[in-house]
Amino acid sequence: MSVLINQEELFQDRVDNEIKIEPRDWMPDAYRKTLVRQISQHAHSEIVGMLPEGNWISRAPSLKRKAILLAKVQDEAGHGLYLYSAAETLGTSREQMINDLHSGKAKYSSIFNYPTLTWADIGAIGWLVDGAAILNQVMLCRTSYGPYARAMVRICKEESFHQRQGFDILLTLSRGTPAQKEMCQDAINRWWWPSMMMFGPRDSESTNSDQSMKWKIKRKSNDELRQNFVDMCAEQVKVLGMTLPDADLKWNEAEGKYDFGEIDWDEFWNVVKGNGPCNKQRLDARRKAWEEGEWVREAASAFAKKQQQKQKQDKAA
Amino acid sequence: MSFQIRKFYYGDIPEDKAGGAIVSKQTANDWPLWEIFIRSKQGLDHKHVGSLHAADAQMAIENARDVYTRRMEGVSIWAVESKHIHASNPDEATSLYEPANDKIYRYPTFYDLPDEVGHM
Ligand SMILES: [Fe+2]
Ligand SMILES: [Fe+2]
Repeated sequence: MSVLINQEELFQDRVDNEIKIEPRDWMPDAYRKTLVRQISQHAHSEIVGMLPEGNWISRAPSLKRKAILLAKVQDEAGHGLYLYSAAETLGTSREQMINDLHSGKAKYSSIFNYPTLTWADIGAIGWLVDGAAILNQVMLCRTSYGPYARAMVRICKEESFHQRQGFDILLTLSRGTPAQKEMCQDAINRWWWPSMMMFGPRDSESTNSDQSMKWKIKRKSNDELRQNFVDMCAEQVKVLGMTLPDADLKWNEAEGKYDFGEIDWDEFWNVVKGNGPCNKQRLDARRKAWEEGEWVREAASAFAKKQQQKQKQDKAA
Repeated sequence: MSFQIRKFYYGDIPEDKAGGAIVSKQTANDWPLWEIFIRSKQGLDHKHVGSLHAADAQMAIENARDVYTRRMEGVSIWAVESKHIHASNPDEATSLYEPANDKIYRYPTFYDLPDEVGHM
């Protein structure tokens, strides 16, 4: 027993000293479990996140916009793969994670359960959704688990293009016809609050946070990140000549930050629990893609086996 | 129910020292796992960038191109099936590297030479 306590102390000591934890190092069971849950959720979010945007690839207003959107969505697939790999270093399997997503056991970011109604939504997603994700991911570049941190560094390098292309879409609309301007403001209105919810429950409500901070999985609290997000967007929206849909949004001179209104937490929990506008549609799409890819996976395995046998025969001959 | 580790931790991991749950799996339908190494430009070493699943080596290289070199990050790719990688044990790190610990005479700064020698 004393050996185990020693291991935990040693582990915490390494974390405190900013020494990264690597796959083969000893780690507390709960640390491993927390990471598997968090990283796989993150991976699922990248993968499911392709669906609302994918909806507009064939409807992009120009070839240039279409090529950019394709590249962006492909990046998200890559992000999912980096993260699945990182989670696998902890002893879970890809199949297990995919099963958990499809069975509804594993969560993904609720933001992707909202529909993309107009082209301006693609701009709003890039600016607000990727923008919120970046704040979280920049923090995670310094997370204590090595493979997760490395995946995050790779992801962050690619994310700023995502946010900029989104802002660029909105900027173009904001300088367009009255109808385009209206479309731009409407998209911001619909995506603002769901984006604010991306940071999760308030610090006072969030149960996992303290331990995650102690283990340096997370480095900033939900509320801290959310404040950063508000401060960033409240300034950027001025460049668009648009507004954020929050009557309580006001610069607080004394504290050097923006005050803002309360999130609709009933909506938040409702979408988390699976009752958002597109929860069912998203999961159905993922399951369908998996099932329809079955024959490809089987054929590739069969082909690989055949090639191996052929190689063996050639060697024997 | 059969217990197995699907990811080989860049080598193999003693179960009793894993510090927690090893996920149990009944099926093994995933394609094999490959570790990917990329040379970012001529003259530099290949460097480990991550891993991916693929049915065979050729698919591993093609997937690595799509996953890890979308922005010209590489000019050469190595793919090694993860199970073929053997790793040193982190628990033995102290004793494993101990012999190098007390040989400070291996460093140039160990030798105090007169200034007249100049740069050496
Ligand atoms: Fe992403
Ligand atoms: Fe992104």
